[in-house]
Amino acid sequence: MTRASVRFLYRGEVVSLTDVGANETLLDYLRLRRHACGTKEGCAEGDCGACTVALGTLRDGRLEYAPVNSCICLLGMIDGRELVAVEDLTGPDGALHPVQDAVSRHHGSQCGFCTPGIVMSLFTLYHAGGRCDRQEVNDTLAGNLCRCTGYRPIVDAALEACAGAPGDAFAARRRATAERLAALDDGEDLLIGDEAAGFFAAPATVDALARLYARHPDATLVAGATDVGLWITKQMRALPKIIHLGRAAGLADLRETGRGFHIGAGVTYARAEGAMAAIDPDLVELFRRLGARQVRAVGTLGGNIANGSPIGDTMPALIALGTTLHLRRSDATRSLPLEDFFIDYGKQDLGPGEFVTGIDVPRLGSDEIFRCYKISKRFDQDISALLGAFRFTLEAGRVVVARAAFGGMAATPKRAAATEAALEGLRLEDRHGWDAACEALASDFRPIDDMRASAWYRLETAQALLRKALHEAGGEASAATRIVGLRPGETVRAA
Amino acid sequence: MPPDLAQSDRTSPVDGNHAVGRALAHDSAAGHVRGTARYIDDVPEPAALLHVAPGHAAHAACGQITTLDLDAVRAAPGVVAVLTAADIPAKNDCSPVFGDDPILAESRIAFHGQVVFAVVAHSREEARRACRLARIEVEEEEPRVSVEAGLASGDMVVPDYQFLRGEPQAAIERTPHAASGSLHVGGQEHFYLEGQVALALPGEDGTMHVLSSTQHPSEIQHLVAAMLAKPDSHVVCECRRMGGAFGGKESQAAQWACLAALAASVTGSAAKIRLDRDDDMVMTGKRHDFRIDYSYGCDGEGRLVAVDAALSARCGCSADLSMAVCDRAMFHADNAYHYPNARILSRRVRTDTVSNTAFRGFGGPQGMMVAERMMDDIACRLGQDPLDVRKRNLYGRGRDVTPYGMKVPDNTISRLVRELEKTSDYRERRRAIATFNRNNRFLRKGMSLTPVKFGIAFTLKHLNQAGALVHVYTDGSVLVNHGGTEMGQGLHTKVAQVVAEEFGIDFDRVQITATKTDMVPNTTPTAASSGSDLNGMAAKRAAATIRDRMAALAGRLYQVPRAEVRFAGGMVEIGKRSISFAELAKTCFLERISLSSTGYFATPKITWDRASASGRPFLYFAYGAACSEVTIDTLTGEMRVDRVDLLHDVGNSLNPAIDIGQIEGGFVQGLGWLTTEELVFDAKGRLATHAPSTYKIPVASDVPEDFRVALWKSRGNREATIYRSKAVGEPPLMLAISVFSAILNAIAGLNPGRVPALDAPATPEAIVRAIRSMQEA
Repeated sequence: MTRASVRFLYRGEVVSLTDVGANETLLDYLRLRRHACGTKEGCAEGDCGACTVALGTLRDGRLEYAPVNSCICLLGMIDGRELVAVEDLTGPDGALHPVQDAVSRHHGSQCGFCTPGIVMSLFTLYHAGGRCDRQEVNDTLAGNLCRCTGYRPIVDAALEACAGAPGDAFAARRRATAERLAALDDGEDLLIGDEAAGFFAAPATVDALARLYARHPDATLVAGATDVGLWITKQMRALPKIIHLGRAAGLADLRETGRGFHIGAGVTYARAEGAMAAIDPDLVELFRRLGARQVRAVGTLGGNIANGSPIGDTMPALIALGTTLHLRRSDATRSLPLEDFFIDYGKQDLGPGEFVTGIDVPRLGSDEIFRCYKISKRFDQDISALLGAFRFTLEAGRVVVARAAFGGMAATPKRAAATEAALEGLRLEDRHGWDAACEALASDFRPIDDMRASAWYRLETAQALLRKALHEAGGEASAATRIVGLRPGETVRAA
Repeated sequence: MPPDLAQSDRTSPVDGNHAVGRALAHDSAAGHVRGTARYIDDVPEPAALLHVAPGHAAHAACGQITTLDLDAVRAAPGVVAVLTAADIPAKNDCSPVFGDDPILAESRIAFHGQVVFAVVAHSREEARRACRLARIEVEEEEPRVSVEAGLASGDMVVPDYQFLRGEPQAAIERTPHAASGSLHVGGQEHFYLEGQVALALPGEDGTMHVLSSTQHPSEIQHLVAAMLAKPDSHVVCECRRMGGAFGGKESQAAQWACLAALAASVTGSAAKIRLDRDDDMVMTGKRHDFRIDYSYGCDGEGRLVAVDAALSARCGCSADLSMAVCDRAMFHADNAYHYPNARILSRRVRTDTVSNTAFRGFGGPQGMMVAERMMDDIACRLGQDPLDVRKRNLYGRGRDVTPYGMKVPDNTISRLVRELEKTSDYRERRRAIATFNRNNRFLRKGMSLTPVKFGIAFTLKHLNQAGALVHVYTDGSVLVNHGGTEMGQGLHTKVAQVVAEEFGIDFDRVQITATKTDMVPNTTPTAASSGSDLNGMAAKRAAATIRDRMAALAGRLYQVPRAEVRFAGGMVEIGKRSISFAELAKTCFLERISLSSTGYFATPKITWDRASASGRPFLYFAYGAACSEVTIDTLTGEMRVDRVDLLHDVGNSLNPAIDIGQIEGGFVQGLGWLTTEELVFDAKGRLATHAPSTYKIPVASDVPEDFRVALWKSRGNREATIYRSKAVGEPPLMLAISVFSAILNAIAGLNPGRVPALDAPATPEAIVRAIRSMQEA
């Protein structure tokens, strides 16, 4: 059976829409169709957070609230979710929500335009009911730009309001909400429109997805729409056929395997964080700095791979780790090393109707160390100018196997072949060997100048990152080598 | 002015049941957090509303338009009209002063992104989509993009201007220590969260009502009227609030309001324009970037004897507000330091880029950068602590006349710097930093304590005036309207506090209304930090006029001398009697006493004459100081701010919560300007950083956890300002120069004796370049 409506929970009602445009955004739905103008458009590209709403999702029977940029979220993507916007927080008696109250009392708004988005981000932190320290608050707010306050009062409000167990109306009806969301999960394929003229589809299984995409290889696959959303809002591209991956059971598998982790193409960054933490703390920091919570709540590793950005913040790390990529077309599947997937700028090894199903990321062996460093103008929520990732297999103070991959250095995320060769067999105290490896790096890449950095800086700093990795491989604590992303338990060596 | 009013202007608030001086929340705080505070795009849309989108040549920066083919645009779905310069009934200009900014380009374009046509359609999406279908061909000329390219062409938007005192070059040659240097200071995108927006509603008899997100409603009124060949009285401009402005909506909100009004005039329907963020960033001007060249001479202790500085600003393709911006840069090229001999030369360079405009500080921040760079330059070369050099050069007794001839009448900055030196534990931390740097191979720390002295008043004399209108209703509620606009700075809150104070009533009894040109006419822009100084005083006078009438009546009715009628706590004490404020208001109505009044204020003592470069440009100075500590990674150029201490002088604060908000917010905005916010234009003159994905303003984690902010314990403004407060909108932005200077300090330690060639913004790349400059032979 196929369902021809999008259904979600909003203001206590199940909303069922049969007239959903394939390219219609959630923000336009709120502002233009519902005249709910509390949610603002600041940038229409998912970077400022003024349009943040909370989406309630049932995961393993538990209701979770995540922040989402409604400006680049397609309306059809919220099927089966609860939608909460800023107007919905205030009680029927007009009483402010604890988060609204705290922001107001701490003088956390000036012009007020970013405030609804900030309130919604903090609403999700309030409902997370976990750790609420300065770092956690900063991470929660990384996707919300405020140009007036300097954030201090907002952070204070968050620290006050978001500590402890949630006690608002949403918490009180948590069980009922979960039941209503469970009832919406009918396991049916969703398709609005018609297959000839254009549609929004959200197949319920990978098989249905494979069949639909085989029939429509010209369709646009959308996971979190954190990139495709901009094709719509900025490039004004008409994408008549949208296939959303978010409901395809099996695509969101995340499981431990003998060698490491299998991460389905539909797994969001937020869900993948746990697996990354089990591999190496540098990956936790890398994911923490990838987009912001609004992006990580819906964006997927699969999408990051498939759209082939030359920077693709996670790619160098996954390549250095030795990740295997799985693809499927109709019923045919194949696998390849991740680095082989990227052929040239905007060109991936992906046939018509073929799609990414997932990746396998191996754990580190006991003789292996991993390091990765992201360089950007701003630490949080910025795309890297340069990203270097390294996996060294060490044996008696010597590098026996080296994998080094970089982003921002070429038209694709790429391994540094000459550098890897120069590193193999290197004794860690052999500084001449380090110099030779750095020289090799200059032969591996011809970076370009752009708005993020010059070619000169990219190459200089790529070499510096290699040296940094070697210093750390040699035992230097990250507290002495870094100002961000310190590895847990590493303090400054005694002076 | 009546003598009793002049006296009352000077009264200070006292503790107790007073509206002024209290840390009240922003008047819209509850609306902000609920999402019910309405911005223009949230106003319920009138029937048959049309939407406007601006169109420009996709690639070209400058040159003659050879083809303008809009057929496909006209034929696109939903399109109602396509407007070009030919559709403008009268004046095609949206400039603030010089008449050089066309609303729609005519025969040539002057920068990439200049609006050539506007589409009017049934939906915003249809209008935006249709824009892409235009075919515009331009006989492209090589654009002048950088300041240097503009300087080379010799083309200035307004003539050079300078302050000269003594014989700086000769004096420099006679000093034991002379040096010179140069630096680039980057521009800054405003990134107001609410983009440019306007809604025009055609009225009867050819009138036009324009809702605009603008700092200057009167200017919008005048430009729309001139565009449509109507008297000013036929156009009303209204602004309830802006979602941020920072100077970006002082002159450059006008083009969008004009386009909405033009569309409404041509079609007869209401029309709205709301810029897409990328269009907004490409089509509107920014903070001027500067190239600064300086030479100086100082004595053996680092005390300046002479300064010769040239400030070359990239103004873009037209004058806009560049004359006043560059003048203010000159007025602040001394910051807080005495220059016995000085030449401050300002060049206002034309480039083929978007016309740069007002931005919080208005040139002052860029001007101050030369003063602070010279302090660091001296400290590096003489091997002295930079704070010692700064303290020696501060204005003080006998060293108190600025290069433009105004006396610095107080010694506040010196005392304020000493206080912060103590409270920030500067000396002890300086020692700890030295130890850290000795023991670290890759990471280096730096610290700097820098002062701010900022002149308060518009340097264009006639702008220093304001009007207000106050009504008291018979139930005792009060409505206030004034010429200032609310952009988040809390102006309406402060003005309402002042009015509540005058009537001795609760703040909540004062209703704040939208700024509107038919309520208070002939207003000046809300800018130059002057909003509360001007409008607070005008509203106070309006309220005082009514209050005095009420008091006179009460005295007459109850046979009590006027001096024994007091307004406090929502009550009016009339001798031994006490009645509610509302009761007296009702009595006034019954006794036929007017309960409405205007109030007007013009800043006294301003005598600046630009032609002769003489007189007094400012009523007073606002002061502050900041101490910042940073760590840099010498391998990558990454930087982290570890601790910041701010001490700022707001006189007697009207509202300490709002003032602290301005101080912290201004500092963080300045931090962004000098560190992460980098505007990159490509060689073709196109802005490459036209979205928040590539243009990075500070986020929460960029603000140090250890952030100590205090108000200077002031005895009140020495000038008779509103409750002896001081302006606070712009000055704190420049406290962030301490961060830039601290980064320089960290780099300087790598090779003592050399001056790091650090440009702003200090991105990781700029820091690595400066580190390399220390290693060069």
